[in-house]
Amino acid sequence: MHPFNYYAPESIEEASKILEKYGEKAKCLAGGTDVLVQTRGEKFDLDAIVDVKKIPELTELKWTDSHLVFGAATPCYVLYEDPKVCEKFPGIIDSAFLIGGIQIQSRASLGGNLCNASPSADGICSLIVHEAICVIAGSSGLREIPVEEMCQGPGRNALENGEFLVSIKIPLKDNKFSASYERFIPRNEMDIAVAAVASSVEMQDGKVSSCRIALAAVGPTPIYAQAASELIIGKEPTEDNIKIVSEKAKEIASPIADMRGTIEHRKDLIEVLTRRTISKALERVGV
Amino acid sequence: MVSTPENKNYKVIGTRPIRHDGYDKVTGRAQYGADIKLPGMLIGAVVRSPHAHARIKSIDTSEAERLDGVFAVMTAKDLPRLGDVVRGNSEESGSEKHLSENVMAFDKVLYKGHVVAGVAAKDQNTAFEAAKKIKVDYEILKPVIDVDQAMSKDAPILHEDYTCDHLGKEVKNSNVAAHVRHENGDLENGFDKADLVVEKEVDMQTVHQGYIEPHSGTAVWDEEDRVKVWTSTQGSFAVRDSVSKVLDLDVSRVKVTPMEIGGGFGGKIPIYLEPISAVLSRKTRRPVKTMMSRTDVFDATGPGPGGKVKVKIGIDADGKILAAYADIRLEAGAYPEAFIEAAAKCVFSCYDVPAMKIDAYDVLVNKPSSAPYRAPASPQVAFATETVVDEICKIKGYDPIDFRLLNVAEKGTRTALGPKYRTIGLKECLEAAKKSDHWKSNLNSNPKTGKKRGRGIASGYWFNIGFKSSVNLSLNPDGKVALIEGSTDIGGSRASIAMQAAEVLGIPAEDVRPSVVDTDSIGITDVTGGSRTTYATGYAAYNAAHKLIEEIIEKAALKWDISKDQIEYSDGVVKSKTDSELKMTLKEIADDPPGGPIVSSASVDLEEAGGGFAVHIADLEIDEETGKTDVVNYTAIQDVGKAIHPSYVEGQMQGGAAQGIGWALNEEYFMSDDGVMLNSSYLDYRMPIALDLPMINTIMVEVPSEEHPYGVRGVGEPPIVPPVPAIGNAINDALGLRLLSTPMKPSRITEALKRKK
Repeated sequence: MHPFNYYAPESIEEASKILEKYGEKAKCLAGGTDVLVQTRGEKFDLDAIVDVKKIPELTELKWTDSHLVFGAATPCYVLYEDPKVCEKFPGIIDSAFLIGGIQIQSRASLGGNLCNASPSADGICSLIVHEAICVIAGSSGLREIPVEEMCQGPGRNALENGEFLVSIKIPLKDNKFSASYERFIPRNEMDIAVAAVASSVEMQDGKVSSCRIALAAVGPTPIYAQAASELIIGKEPTEDNIKIVSEKAKEIASPIADMRGTIEHRKDLIEVLTRRTISKALERVGV
Repeated sequence: MVSTPENKNYKVIGTRPIRHDGYDKVTGRAQYGADIKLPGMLIGAVVRSPHAHARIKSIDTSEAERLDGVFAVMTAKDLPRLGDVVRGNSEESGSEKHLSENVMAFDKVLYKGHVVAGVAAKDQNTAFEAAKKIKVDYEILKPVIDVDQAMSKDAPILHEDYTCDHLGKEVKNSNVAAHVRHENGDLENGFDKADLVVEKEVDMQTVHQGYIEPHSGTAVWDEEDRVKVWTSTQGSFAVRDSVSKVLDLDVSRVKVTPMEIGGGFGGKIPIYLEPISAVLSRKTRRPVKTMMSRTDVFDATGPGPGGKVKVKIGIDADGKILAAYADIRLEAGAYPEAFIEAAAKCVFSCYDVPAMKIDAYDVLVNKPSSAPYRAPASPQVAFATETVVDEICKIKGYDPIDFRLLNVAEKGTRTALGPKYRTIGLKECLEAAKKSDHWKSNLNSNPKTGKKRGRGIASGYWFNIGFKSSVNLSLNPDGKVALIEGSTDIGGSRASIAMQAAEVLGIPAEDVRPSVVDTDSIGITDVTGGSRTTYATGYAAYNAAHKLIEEIIEKAALKWDISKDQIEYSDGVVKSKTDSELKMTLKEIADDPPGGPIVSSASVDLEEAGGGFAVHIADLEIDEETGKTDVVNYTAIQDVGKAIHPSYVEGQMQGGAAQGIGWALNEEYFMSDDGVMLNSSYLDYRMPIALDLPMINTIMVEVPSEEHPYGVRGVGEPPIVPPVPAIGNAINDALGLRLLSTPMKPSRITEALKRKK
C-alpha cells in the first residue's frame, strides 16, 4: 500500500470530476467497511479515495409518492431505526440488521454493499426482490438501472469509468406486499453466508400476484431466480406450490465448493431457505 | 466440598478481589507485544514461502537492499548453523537445529508461510515493499498434509537427514519422527474374555489457539553483544533460552522483557520473530520490531495437531473395563513433537484399565510446527475414548455416569505410564454431575419447532506440570508488599499468586502488589503453561511469604531486644507473646527496620500437581434441514483442587469449554491439496462468538491436591478436553448419528442424515 489522496466532495458534479480524473485508480468511500479493508489487503492499487458522505443526496432518506429513496451511503442503522421503513419493508430491514455487527452497521450502507458486488452480499438479494432501482451519476448526468443488473461478477459492478451510485429507489406497494431475507451461517453472527435467499410476495384475492426470489452465495453474483418466482404467480400459496418454487430455486443455484460450504449443502440450503423466506413473507402480509 | 490440608478458614483465598492488572487492561493502558516503541526503531518484515514443501535454490535480496528506506536484509545465512541437540524440558523442548530452522528456513521450506528472509526498514510499508522485492527461487516438492499421506509408502520425506525413533530403533527417511508404546497387563487375554468390544477411529482436524494478539518480537543488539528482547510470551525464560540457542549466545547476554499477553493457550511458548529482529538489529544497531498479521499467525504458528486416533475397549458382562487399546497418530507439523507422550498419558486417564496398550506416532506433515494448545493432545485422544465409552453405554443401556463411576480412576489407580494416581477428584466430579440441575433437567423442554435435541456427556483429564518458579517479596515502608515474579500473566495469575502471599501474611490481596519482571530481575521461572502457574509460582509465593514473616520476626527481635521465639506474627501484626506492650503493625516494622529493609525470596522445583479432571454435559438443538447445531445448555464440572480466585477458575472452565465447542462444531484448517490453508482469517476460521454459546454453567469441585499447601491444582487445561466428545455424543443422542470427524459442521450433519435415510 502506498500513500494516496483523500477527497471529500460536496456535490455530485464535483465527485464525478474527481472519479473521472482518476479512473480505476480511485474508489468511493461510503462506510469504508469493505474499501478500507480491501485497500489495506492490497486488493487494488489506489491513488485516490473519494469520500461521498458529504454529498447530501448520498445520505438522505426520503419518501416520494411512488418510492422510498435512500442515499447510497446511508448507514444500515438509519434504515432500521426508521419506524416507517421497518413497517413497510421488513425484508430490507432483515438485511440491514444482518450486515456485520452493530459497529459495522453504524457505518456500512446497502449502497456500498451493492457496489462491492460480493456474491454472498447480505443486502443485494433483498434489493432485488423489492425491485429496487439504482440511480447512478456520471459525467453525462444521472441514469437508472434495475438493481439486478448492477452485479457483473465477483467484485465487479456495472458502473462505468467515473460513475458512482447516488441512491437506491424502492417502489412503494400496497399492504399486500412483503418480503423476507434469510441466510445460512454455521455461527449466529459475524459470519458470511453459505447460502442465502430473499423472497417477496404480493397477494391479490388469495393468490400470489407477484413474486420475486433472489439467491446469494450460489453463483458469481447474487441471482434473480425469475424462473422460480414465476412458478407461483397466479397460484395459491400452498405448501405444495411453495415446494415447487423452492425446488426450482435449488435447480437455478450453481454454487462452488469451498471452505464455506459444499455444492450439495448449498443447493439443499437454497431449497430450505426459499421455503422459509416465502413463508415468512406470506406471514408478514398476513397469510 | 472437601476441606483443604491446612484446614482453616481462609481470609483471602476463595474471595474474588479485582485483579491487580485489571484497571490497566480495561482502560487500554496495558502494553502488549506490539505496543513497544523505542527511539530510532525500525520495522521488520519477513518473506514467507508460498509453498508447503520446497527446496530453496537461491535467494536474491539485491533489489530489496537498494530500496530507499531499507536498512538491512537477512536470510538464514545470518543465523548460526546448530546441531541436532535436544534442549529444554516440558512444553518448550525440541532440537536446537529444528528450533532455528523453524525461525528461518535454511535450505528447505516445510510449510506455507515458513520464513525465508527478513528485512528492516524505516516504516512498515517500506518493509513490506522491500520484502516483496526479495526473489526466492524454489524447487517445488509434493507436500504431505495429513497423517495418512505422511505414513503412506513412497510419501515425500520432510527431513531426509533426521534420525527417527521407532520403538527404540533408529530409522531414517521416515515421516514418523517417533513411535512410542506403553503396555500394561495382558491385553489379548482381556479382549478374549470381554463380553463386548467396541472400536472407533476419529479424525481430528488441525486447529489454532486463536489468541487475539498476533505475535511480535522487538530486539536491540548492542555493541557489547547483549541482546534485549521485548515480546508477548508465556515464558520469558523460555524465550531467553530459545533466543540464546538460535543466536548461539550465552543466556546472560540475552534479557527478555515480557509484555502483556493477549492470549496464548500454549501457542505463545515457541519463538518466531525474536531472533529475526535481533539479527536485523545487529546489522543496523537500531531497535527492530517485527509483527505478524492474522494470516501469518494461522499460516505459521501454533497450531494444535490434527490426526487420527483409534480406540478399542473391551468390557465384561458387569460393565467393568477389561482391556483397552489405542493407536494415536498426531500431526507434529513441520518439526517433531506432537505431544504423543501426553496423548498416551491422557487417553485412558479417566478409567481403571487393568490391561492396556498404547501405540503413539509423532507424524511429520507440511503444516506449521504444532505448538501446545491447552492440554496438548488430550482433547484429540479423549474424542476417541469418550466416543467408545458412549457407544458402549448406548449398546448396553448403561447410564453414562454410572458406567464411568464403575470404572473410575481414583487414588491408587495405575496410570498408562506407570505411576499410580495420588488424590484425584474424578469420582467427585461424576457425582456432582449426577446431582447437577442440568443432568436432572428435562432435555426436551421448549425445543424450537422442527428441531431435534440431544444430550451428551464426556470426561477429560490433564496432568498439570510442576517445574521451577521464583518469587521475591519486599516490605514497603507503608506496610504493603511488593511481589516480584517471572510468570507472565495469561489468566489472572498475578491475582492468584498475590492472594497466596496475602493469605500467609494475613493481609488483604490488594496490599500485595505483584509485578511480572524481566529475566534479569527474578530467578528462573518456567513457562505459564501446563496449568502450573498458580500451583508452582503460587507455592513459591507461599514460601517467600513465610520467609518474610521470619524476617519480620527477626527484625522485631532486634528492635525489642528479645528472643525470636518470644515473638509471634499474625494478620499483619508482629507482637511479643508475653508483653502486650510490644506490638507493631507491618507499617511500623517496615519504617526503618534494624539491619536493613525486609525482603525475602523463594524458589521451587515441583512435581506434577496431581492431575485435574473435568466432566461436561452438553445439550444441543439441531436443525435437520440445514445441519445447524446450537448449544442450548452446557455445564462444566471440574475438580479444581482449591479455587484461589473462584471467578478466574470459572473463567478458565468457561473459556476451555468455549474453545472445545469451537473444535467440535466449526474450527478446522481447511487445506488445499497443495498444502495451503484457505481459511486463514477469523471470517472463515469459525471460532464460536458470544451468540454461539449459552451461559456455560460451572460446578467447581474442590478435592485438594496433596502437593500444595492450599491444595491447588491446575485448572486451565482440563476444560478443553471433554467438549468435543460431549458434543459428538449429544449429536448421536439427537440424531442417532456417530460423527467421527471434526468439525461436526452443518454439511457433515446433513450428509450423514442423507446417508442414514
